[in-house]
Amino acid sequence: MNTAPSLTTPALPADWRDFYALTKPRVMSLVIFTGLCGLLAAPGSINPVIGFTAILCIALGAGGAATLNQWWEADLDAGMKRTAGRPIPGGRMKPTDARDFGIALSVGSVLIMGLAVGWLTASILLVSIIYYAVIYTIWLKPRTPQNIVIGGGAGAFPPMIGWVAVTGDITLMPVLLFAIIFMWTPPHFWALALFIKSDYAKVGIPMMPVVRGQASTRRQILAYSVLLVPVAAAPWFIGGTGAIYGVTALVLSLAFLALSVPVATRISADGDAMKPEKRLFAFSIIYLFALFAALVVDRVAAHQGFVT
Amino acid sequence: MTPEEQTEYRRRQKSRNLVMGAVLVFFAILFYAITIVRIGD
Repeated sequence: MNTAPSLTTPALPADWRDFYALTKPRVMSLVIFTGLCGLLAAPGSINPVIGFTAILCIALGAGGAATLNQWWEADLDAGMKRTAGRPIPGGRMKPTDARDFGIALSVGSVLIMGLAVGWLTASILLVSIIYYAVIYTIWLKPRTPQNIVIGGGAGAFPPMIGWVAVTGDITLMPVLLFAIIFMWTPPHFWALALFIKSDYAKVGIPMMPVVRGQASTRRQILAYSVLLVPVAAAPWFIGGTGAIYGVTALVLSLAFLALSVPVATRISADGDAMKPEKRLFAFSIIYLFALFAALVVDRVAAHQGFVT
Repeated sequence: MTPEEQTEYRRRQKSRNLVMGAVLVFFAILFYAITIVRIGD
């Protein structure tokens, strides 16, 4: 009788917290917030149970996409200090377990969304997952320094999905919400990339400041900040919101632009404190939260008849 | 497996089972609620 030799001691089953960490909970909080704002700002009403399910599915889908991203990039993550401790490169989980978990979350979220909320909403959720996990992660991120612009598209889906969950159709408003986050992401991320020393170059991911240089990156930050002003105010101009949102959007976007001008018009040397870049990055986060909160406040005020 | 590994194995298995159980109960309640809501449509 010949028994198969045991190769190694059986690996321990991964801790459930490592599965949770794969879903990138901190990114998910922004996804939930913007998705919820899209849902609350949309005209019409939605049953609270169905609305909750829609947000849950957006979160589960984002978690699935984030998991598949880490499954695919495990070897890259292993080579970078910031990400070397993630569950797969940290050796705490089998890559195939992560892959299966990611697929289960993605498929499950789309099916539940379809059955409980609607198949149009589920279709957009599916597109957003494929967009992030395949088009961005597998295809374009390692190939172009415009990867952040493309990745921003993935983050732009949640408010659109939340909106469509209520209305059941794609109108100009959800598309504009998509466009706002799309324009916001490059200056937000590149401001961070300018002052954080990352080791993306080491693993072959082409980040803008490394590939095109900081002068070009700074110019592009300004370009997107300029574009953000009309795009953020557009929901007001087309009559989709009232003046509460419109004025807030204009003030916030002009402040964003004002903060990006000093970033765009200078060149930093080694040892620079990077004050303008840090200020722009910090404000960009406040900007997005305040803008989407204003969208909801505007809608509630109009609905309650505070303003006409 | 050493006894320590055995204990750790059991501990992780148990916590995973608990989380999985909680998730299943949550979804059972959610699907029940969704069904009730959609029947009224």
